[in-house]
Amino acid sequence: MRFQIKDEKLIPQRFFTEDSYRITQIPEILQPPLNPDFPYSRELQQILAGKQLLLDDIPHPLDEIQSHYENGYITYRKGIDYIGKKPMCMRCGNKDQQLFAIFHCSRCGENCFYCRRCIMMGRISECTPLIGWNGPAPNITLPQKIMAWNGKLSEGQQVASDKVVEAIWQKKEWLVWAVCGAGKTEVLFAGIETALAAYKRICIATPRTDVVLELTPRLKEAFPEIRVASLYGGSTDRHLYAPLTIATTHQLLRFYQAFDAVILDEVDAFPYTVEESLQHAAIQARKPSSAMIYLTATPNEKWQRECRAGKRSFTTIPARFHRHPLPIPEFAWCGNWQKQLQKGRLPANVLRWIKDRLESGKQALVFFPHIPLMEKALPLLRKLDSRIEAVHAEDPERKEKVQKMRAKEVPLLLTTTILERGVTFPNIDVAVVGAEDLIFTESALVQIAGRAGRNKDYPDGVVTFFHFGKTDEMLKARKQIVTMNREGVKRGLIDI
Amino acid sequence: MCSRPFRLLDEQFRDGELCHDCTRWEEDPDWQGFLQKNTSIFLYNDFLKEVMAKYKFRGDYVLAKVFADYFKEVTKGWEADLFVPIPLSEERLYERGFNQAEAILTEAGKMPTDILSRVHTEKQSKKSRLERIHLPQVFQIDSQTNLHGKKVILIDDIYTTGSTLRHAAKLLKQAGADTVWSITLAR
Ligand SMILES: [Zn+2]
Ligand SMILES: [Zn+2]
Ligand SMILES: [Zn+2]
Repeated sequence: MRFQIKDEKLIPQRFFTEDSYRITQIPEILQPPLNPDFPYSRELQQILAGKQLLLDDIPHPLDEIQSHYENGYITYRKGIDYIGKKPMCMRCGNKDQQLFAIFHCSRCGENCFYCRRCIMMGRISECTPLIGWNGPAPNITLPQKIMAWNGKLSEGQQVASDKVVEAIWQKKEWLVWAVCGAGKTEVLFAGIETALAAYKRICIATPRTDVVLELTPRLKEAFPEIRVASLYGGSTDRHLYAPLTIATTHQLLRFYQAFDAVILDEVDAFPYTVEESLQHAAIQARKPSSAMIYLTATPNEKWQRECRAGKRSFTTIPARFHRHPLPIPEFAWCGNWQKQLQKGRLPANVLRWIKDRLESGKQALVFFPHIPLMEKALPLLRKLDSRIEAVHAEDPERKEKVQKMRAKEVPLLLTTTILERGVTFPNIDVAVVGAEDLIFTESALVQIAGRAGRNKDYPDGVVTFFHFGKTDEMLKARKQIVTMNREGVKRGLIDI
Repeated sequence: MCSRPFRLLDEQFRDGELCHDCTRWEEDPDWQGFLQKNTSIFLYNDFLKEVMAKYKFRGDYVLAKVFADYFKEVTKGWEADLFVPIPLSEERLYERGFNQAEAILTEAGKMPTDILSRVHTEKQSKKSRLERIHLPQVFQIDSQTNLHGKKVILIDDIYTTGSTLRHAAKLLKQAGADTVWSITLAR
């Protein structure tokens, strides 16, 4: 699409004309003043408020969109802008020249740069306007009672919950560093309630679709009369305007200055390289004056350093809801386990550990760094018990196997890091075979250790890292767990 | 003839050298002999489906460069006078931003000759095979390019029933082309 500039307005042109421009080339985009008498479309308002969409995303004809623009209700922004001579994607923040490509474009009739990084959300090129809303926000009517949840917070949760409320009111950034099993979701409820009561718009964003699917029913239950939009690839809520949104961080790319508070859950679940684009998405999605809450059990090293140096505001919940300390991982040297596996054997101490569990009937998760080695171990262990299973990310029976583990039909489950977070079993021991592998970072190991001792009836669990040479990551993980336990005791959050 | 990998087909689906699909076309006096040969670069599977979706529907042009390498390898040694991409309707072209078949030619360093255009714009997939075959005219020849005695290669993204390519081939032959072959990314 191209635009002519006429009477201080942009006029869309379907095809190339000499007197028209691609939006990227227009130095300053003119925004007509809001005409209060214009009978604007409520549907467009619902779809566009707080969004940045492509024309192809909007089910309305261009004429209607243009008349809303001319009356000041819709904005056109550049999809690609130039910082000096270099293109930047205004939707995903991509500045990496290798992630741009060029093609001869039939929409503008010129060679057109496009962003490859966010292409899965529809192609943004130099002739692509991002369409947003400039009219009044949709009306929200609040129910008599906003929150139905009436559970009780632990002492540690209460402190964090108060901080979240405060951060939302004072529009601050705040990190909640809560150990695995602390109950971090409940910590958000009071903050969400007061925000909703003040007609604020809230978003909980997380890198993983699984988490969106798990959080949605919990929040709907806590706020039964509040409309909740649940957004992930292929979700049907994509045009739903809601005071409370739960979205994957990818979906945040479709929002623009929408939220009074963005809560980022499990920020650490993706490597640092992804963090930059995630940050960009979160910054775009929140209002210029808004709150930002980060939730994690395992902040990365940089964040930990910032916390210690007093450069980042944070609250810890160092203890679990059940007031027992976190199981501390023990290290066990197991020699060259890969070589042994190639020869069809498992290290003696690993085998002993597994046999003990099978004999005493205690369920266990055993983590492996790579699929091929895990699959070498599986037939060896099945000789001990034929019900033993193994899962990995691409396993089509992943859900069924996890379910069987829950139903105690599987005594021992071998897994890659796919089960490092999210999944909980009430009473298990945990082992890592090959804990020295690079895939087992400090945060992965803390998460893995956090699988054990989750239930108040079974607060203890053994966590063993079998290794062929201790790594810094192993030591840091253990230190983090020990530090949290100490803090929990000091603050009186752990019973000893 | 459609380059359906023969070893994957059971005897019962074959008539000697031709698969049933091709036999059906070649037995029809209205259609026999127009398209002499089709070559498909890939068999359509889940992986290709994903890559094709990214290329066609998301419009990631860069993939044309990848496909072009395969195209060059497959067409090595072919002697052709004209490479003709199957055109998209005007709306479809606008929607996608570029013609996927043409992009592969361009990236393979071949000069695309745009002599065909679409007559109707209705969605093809909504019609049955019979309707598609008996459709009066899908394409028209636009330019005055002299086709007499020329060897023409048609290029399209996916070979399904072969009707698109046969419609184009018939038109080109009637306009004087000597031979018409086709190549598709997948079938
Ligand atoms: Zn363009
Ligand atoms: Zn982008
Ligand atoms: Zn055939």
